[in-house]
Amino acid sequence: MNDLLEKLSNARGIAGQEGEVRAILREALTPHVDELTVDSIGNLIARKGPSHGPGQNRVLLAAHMDEVGGLVMRGNADGVLKFRSVGGLDPRILPGKRVRIGAEAVPGVVLRAPHGARAGKRVIPLADLLIDTGGAGGIEPGDMITFESSFEQFGRLLKGKAFDDRVGCYILAQLLEGRYPCELVGAFTVQEEIGLRGARVAAYAVEPDVAFALEGTVADDLPRKKDVSPTTELGKGPAISVMDRSAYADRHLVRLLTQTAAAHDIPYQIKQPGVGGTDVGAIHLAREGAPSVAVAVPCRYIHTPAALMDPADVEHTIELMRQVLANGAKSEE
Amino acid sequence: MKELIQAFCDVFGPSGQEERIREAIGEQLAGVVDELRADRLGNLIAIKRPTGNGSVGRSRSPSVEHSDCGRFGKRVMLAAHMDEIGVMVTHVDAQGFCRFTTVGGVLPNALIGSRVHFANGVEGAFGLEGAPLPRNAVIADKMFLDVGATAKEDAQVQVGDTAVFRSGFGAVGDRLFAPNLDNRIGCAVLVQTLRELANTPHEIHAVFTVQEEVGARGATTAGYGLAPDIILAIDVTATGDFPQATPMEVALGNGPAIKVMDRYMIAHPGVRRWLVNTAQVYDVPYQMEVLEFGSTDAAAVQISRAGVPAGAVSIPCRYIHTPSQVIDYNDVRNAVRLLVNALSGTGDSADLTAWSADK
Amino acid sequence: MRVACRIVTSYCRPPGTDIFSLLQELSETPGVSGQEERIRAAVSGHLAPLVDALRVDALGNLIGSKRGASPAHNRVMLAAHMDEIGLIVTRLERSFLRFAPVGGVDMGTLPAQEVTVHGSSDLPGLIASRPPHVLSAEERQKPFAQADLFIDVGLTAAELAESVAVGDFVSIRRPASRLGKGQASGKALDNRVSIVVLLEALRILQSRTHAWDIYAVVTVQEEIGLRGATTASFQIAPAVGIALDVTFAEQPGAPAEESLPMDSGPAIGLGPNLHPKLRALLVSTAERHEIPFTSEVLPGHSGADAWAMQVSRSGIPTALLSVPIRNMHTPAESVVLQDIERAARLLAEAISDLPDDLSVLALDDH
Repeated sequence: MNDLLEKLSNARGIAGQEGEVRAILREALTPHVDELTVDSIGNLIARKGPSHGPGQNRVLLAAHMDEVGGLVMRGNADGVLKFRSVGGLDPRILPGKRVRIGAEAVPGVVLRAPHGARAGKRVIPLADLLIDTGGAGGIEPGDMITFESSFEQFGRLLKGKAFDDRVGCYILAQLLEGRYPCELVGAFTVQEEIGLRGARVAAYAVEPDVAFALEGTVADDLPRKKDVSPTTELGKGPAISVMDRSAYADRHLVRLLTQTAAAHDIPYQIKQPGVGGTDVGAIHLAREGAPSVAVAVPCRYIHTPAALMDPADVEHTIELMRQVLANGAKSEE
Repeated sequence: MKELIQAFCDVFGPSGQEERIREAIGEQLAGVVDELRADRLGNLIAIKRPTGNGSVGRSRSPSVEHSDCGRFGKRVMLAAHMDEIGVMVTHVDAQGFCRFTTVGGVLPNALIGSRVHFANGVEGAFGLEGAPLPRNAVIADKMFLDVGATAKEDAQVQVGDTAVFRSGFGAVGDRLFAPNLDNRIGCAVLVQTLRELANTPHEIHAVFTVQEEVGARGATTAGYGLAPDIILAIDVTATGDFPQATPMEVALGNGPAIKVMDRYMIAHPGVRRWLVNTAQVYDVPYQMEVLEFGSTDAAAVQISRAGVPAGAVSIPCRYIHTPSQVIDYNDVRNAVRLLVNALSGTGDSADLTAWSADK
Repeated sequence: MRVACRIVTSYCRPPGTDIFSLLQELSETPGVSGQEERIRAAVSGHLAPLVDALRVDALGNLIGSKRGASPAHNRVMLAAHMDEIGLIVTRLERSFLRFAPVGGVDMGTLPAQEVTVHGSSDLPGLIASRPPHVLSAEERQKPFAQADLFIDVGLTAAELAESVAVGDFVSIRRPASRLGKGQASGKALDNRVSIVVLLEALRILQSRTHAWDIYAVVTVQEEIGLRGATTASFQIAPAVGIALDVTFAEQPGAPAEESLPMDSGPAIGLGPNLHPKLRALLVSTAERHEIPFTSEVLPGHSGADAWAMQVSRSGIPTALLSVPIRNMHTPAESVVLQDIERAARLLAEAISDLPDDLSVLALDDH
């Protein structure tokens, strides 16, 4: 659908090693923003718009650059590696997957340890899985491990890795091209997957009046025996979080989003409460607190090498946020 | 004071939806405090300024050491959380049954057989997939909420709505029963303390916090904003006085508990000693509290900015986080006496150098 | 190695402060999280002559500061926690005490262990449990649970009530000793080892110039959630933070990829918690001075004060220097003394090497 989205999805960057993603965004944003800085933990902070004045909101939009992946703990002579996850990897989906390792993107395959012969009887814990590089050299402890994947069209949908949260990065980059009656700060955060660490320091530094986290979130819309929540569904528009494990959304901001969507005929859905967490968890508690909410694009098979999302949801999320910003992100009290 | 307790227990106020309880507490404080406001997260902050010739002899810079304000009044933050645990609707199915998630530390076993109600008055009964009564421990995923609807279309609740336990307030002599004594009892104690505190050398910031049950979130931001010299939480604590209880000294009726330690915090020895000395001087019964599970708003404020000397006055409470919590009214009265005497500045003052005097 | 020998002989060490004696003193001094008075006093005595100013903050962190030579006055914060895991009295039952853990205590190491109950005075005691002779075969197969254990201090119920109260702290009673060739064994080597590293590094720096202002922070309450480091980082707001802690040494049964060799120098942390360019500075310092070191890969929470420092205020570039020890969180931790010396040298050299120009730490990607 778009070169930037494809580049961002294919870029490799786990928590603490987001440099490649940061470089892509820096290049894309330079023509459109007033100021670009990188802080001590690695957040890329983009600022634009009128200076902070009376009656004007300082709006923080946050999207995290890191994806889930692994870290090489120790290699041995025959090129078989021990690793640990960085962020929430499901060990059940790992065996047989192809990965890329280190700065040179050395290919590898995830093996089962010998007792994996009892495959299917029980879950092999991640600590017992190995990566075989076929004897490739040049791998050091601490090298990052990311899924091998390619960005492509699947029917009406898009397939790729790391939509959580490169789709948020993409949306934020698109929004930063516009001008709005507010001071806009875009924070491309680091280390969300290991505890919202980048967002915490970014929010402390930015001191926003209101904040929005832009996310790729869980869609659980496979057929189920029970009539229970699909968490979110593809094609039904941006998903608004009212409550998750990390935060309650500010009620005024939820109303602003739903009313704006209704006024402009943009579809939206309320995400299943209580599931997951976002940078909002850290942002809303910075200093004296900041009203915040998360808006997300539904993604199937999140945290795997092949997630699917609907490009219409991406467009609708951008459109909804544009309309909210056009009004300076002001909610009626 | 029993009326005040009952009034607070009867108001709806789950974590994240504290508007009504905030309003109820605010009404009780009219004319009692010098300033009343709500902050960005919804905490209700009531300020009582020093009376008489008391003055707050402190630097506003929070990085300044606290050891220089010994004889002067201090900025004292008193925190009682006003939120209660509950459940939130996550899905309404075709037949009108609701799936839910828990808000705060709700024990799924405690839900079977209990009833909840929503802000709009709609009632909810808990059902279990397959059979009305569980054979083993239950998980919330296997439960649903019957809200009196026959189809999705006529359900009077929607995704994101929250409900709290419906069982009412009751009393047997001095033993009080309610589903949300955690922590409406703390709110009542704090309100009554403000009423009875005629004179104080301190600048009292009484904060009725939001979202304690989901991680002391209100106290985190309020503590940062107020940058107090001392934080005291007023909350409930567990007891060891029922059959086969986890060994613990605290018992109903033996007085308010002065916290030594809980899951996330060790109380400042100077704050602890101040409370103990006050109790001894004014002949207030008290007990020492070591709580192995759970914590309070004080734990969050203790590590705010450059650190705040922290303590807690706890009301012993049986069956916390179930729909039937029990306390003893004498502990409540004595908690108020302890706080009023401690804050009036007539007795011992908190030695905040206790952690820094040994250099 | 020649360089190091020259440094070691170039400053005066007060008598009784060789590395083992110092570690022995600090290891044996009680200091359970939340009751660090005595360990703080002991460390203060050693730290005071090595710094320009010393203070204690609201939570009890001990903060020594030493001015640097540069007018820029960049601040580096060193953090080594002083607290140890222990127990706390929850109830008096007849002439016995019930207790709860303070920090990550392994209940399996407690039965028959001697302890000190810090009541109105220090009382020797031991962890009591029922003998196997009277237990059923089934009961004997189960490890002791907290509910099965008591503390016995040999007093009557009435005497006990006079000397001990709910909320009194209890520490492990275990003299430190030498072990084998060049090793030491004792309790609370987590993290008294790092306090020795900190003191030794400051001793080396007495005869060296360093551009940066040093804030040597001996933190409290690390074992119950990095609480001291959280508030110390906020108030000092350093430009760079270096946390000092211990890590898991290789030993039979430990996963190889999560443990580090002993006698191979300190481990320099590597992972999202640690600033890559600061780590690179430490690595190049070690290489330049031929100090052996290993790398510790930390995929997430480092479990050390570094985790709190990194996200204080607007963020602090943070490094982690760890000494491997065996049997962590037991009364019989062990360490190679030379690893302490190597860590101290690396720390001192790294501080001397800190550049005035902070831009070397910038995470720019072009």
